[in-house]
Amino acid sequence: MSALLAAQSVSMAVGRATLVDDVSLEISAGEMVAIVGPNGAGKSTLLRMLSGDLRPSRGMIRLKQRDLHAYRPRELAQHRAMLSQHVNVTFPFTVEEIVTMGAGESPRAVARGLVEAALDEVGLTQFRFRQLPTLSGGEQQRAHFARVLVQLACGEARHGPGLVLLDEPTSSLDLRHQIDLVETARRRAAQGTAVIAILHDLNLAMRFADRVLLLHRGRLAIDGDRTAAVTAETIRQIFEIDAVIAHTDQGVPFLLPQTMRPV
Amino acid sequence: MSAVAERPARADQDRGGTSLRPAATLTILCLLAALAGAALIALTVGAAGIPLARLPAALGLWADGTAGPLQARDQLVVWSIRIPRIAAAAMVGALLATSGAIMQGLFRNPLADPALVGVSSGGAFAAAAAIVFTDSRFGASLYFMQHQLLPVAAFAGSLVTTIVLYAIASRGGRTSIAIFLLGGLALAAIANAGIGLLVFVADDRQLRDITFWLLGSLSGATWSKLTTLAPVLVIALIACHSVARGLDVLVLGEAEAFHSGVDVEQLKRISIVLVSAMIGVAVSICGVISFVGIVVPHLLRLVIGPGHRLLLPASAISGAVLLVGADTVARTIVAPAEMPIGILTAAIGAPFFLAMLLRQRGLVSL
Repeated sequence: MSALLAAQSVSMAVGRATLVDDVSLEISAGEMVAIVGPNGAGKSTLLRMLSGDLRPSRGMIRLKQRDLHAYRPRELAQHRAMLSQHVNVTFPFTVEEIVTMGAGESPRAVARGLVEAALDEVGLTQFRFRQLPTLSGGEQQRAHFARVLVQLACGEARHGPGLVLLDEPTSSLDLRHQIDLVETARRRAAQGTAVIAILHDLNLAMRFADRVLLLHRGRLAIDGDRTAAVTAETIRQIFEIDAVIAHTDQGVPFLLPQTMRPV
Repeated sequence: MSAVAERPARADQDRGGTSLRPAATLTILCLLAALAGAALIALTVGAAGIPLARLPAALGLWADGTAGPLQARDQLVVWSIRIPRIAAAAMVGALLATSGAIMQGLFRNPLADPALVGVSSGGAFAAAAAIVFTDSRFGASLYFMQHQLLPVAAFAGSLVTTIVLYAIASRGGRTSIAIFLLGGLALAAIANAGIGLLVFVADDRQLRDITFWLLGSLSGATWSKLTTLAPVLVIALIACHSVARGLDVLVLGEAEAFHSGVDVEQLKRISIVLVSAMIGVAVSICGVISFVGIVVPHLLRLVIGPGHRLLLPASAISGAVLLVGADTVARTIVAPAEMPIGILTAAIGAPFFLAMLLRQRGLVSL
């Protein structure tokens, strides 16, 4: 099966700095991929290029065998959805209005069902008529995730499996909602969606992703299976900390940083 | 146990178990009724009072055979002075309020206003230049058509300001909102410096004309000016419909709007041209009337919510109501003289703007 998204030797240079350097990757439908790496490794820049928001200074990205920049914005939105890191809403839109924005120009009857399902999935049904700016950071992040789920569902209903890109979707969430969100993404992948998420929590990445991409100084250092990609050696090289990697009874790896010595 | 079971239900009510926003049709109907009421009051009040009982005859709705000099006078006042003036106030109010709402959506900031980015100032500068030029030795041959020249100049001034602003702010097909706003402040400063210079060199008569223009007045409204206003308003309101959804989604930021399928660059281009055309025409008819574009959309958002599909038409009607009311007060409060309406709207609008600013201090990031 050919890749849903394919990036060939993609680079991004701003002035003399190279933010992303010669990255190639392929993602198939139904795959869930985590992008991890230290601050400033180029994760967000790479994701913005994969979304079509930034045009790479070199290289080529294809979505469903077509040049990403050949899509018009409205068309592109039906094949890929993206959740940005910081979304600041100044006007008093309600949660329901924000989530409905994901439906674009879909018929109102179709949109309503999808919006209700998405609100239920992120656990915000009782907040639907609240104004978004009055909610906590984590609740707002879940509302935007629901909006992205609606957009994805609308596109997939017409064009089959799509792509969803998540930029640190769990950054403001408590432990339970982090798991909820990643499990929701996992369910989408099981239905055929290609999921790419930037995650800072390596344990979350190793637990839920099929593949882990480790970025370091703009380059793709590791692209591999979740159980093989993250080793104590790579953690020491790239994150510059000592860590122990152990396994649960089910064989899922987990990581414990060791550098912080008890006082 | 029962208390625990009850809590979710009550919380649901507290947090608005049902949407509190009024239905769109009801909102529009109420606003239209308010506009009709304001227009009716404006028709009867003024230097020449026309009681409600005489109004139908004055409008020529029926001839009751008692046609006398009084009725002839009433008809003249109503048809030649009041109706054009009320219609002009309504249309200018609609243009100002709607362009304000569009600009706020574009900037994702409830404090943005066409007057803020120099679009109104550019128009006013061009108008003031036209006044001084046609009154000078070089332009004396054009003095006879000063009244025709003024609107054209104001329109051109607004348009040039917007085009220059767009050239400053856009680079490689993308427009930066921050540069747009700051560039607008600089252009407003340049236009205001130019107006200052014109005021400095103007003689007494020119000074009076310029000042009157700058303060804003609807006393010059005529049927011929309405023929300029009406088509622009109709086209603008139709165009508003096409940008409404885009402006809604733009509240998420330019990147998220693009991810959601909005052609952000096209949306910005249409909105900018729309705003400049609306402001140019409004300034050309009645000078600078400020704050309508900030006050009306803000109050409406509190009641009907920020969705632009309803906000834009509702702003148009509410702006019309506000300006018809303000103009009625402006021409009666110091009767038989007339207060420039710009003074009135600024006196009410500026404190309102400050109050908004204080309330939003923590929320708005520029």
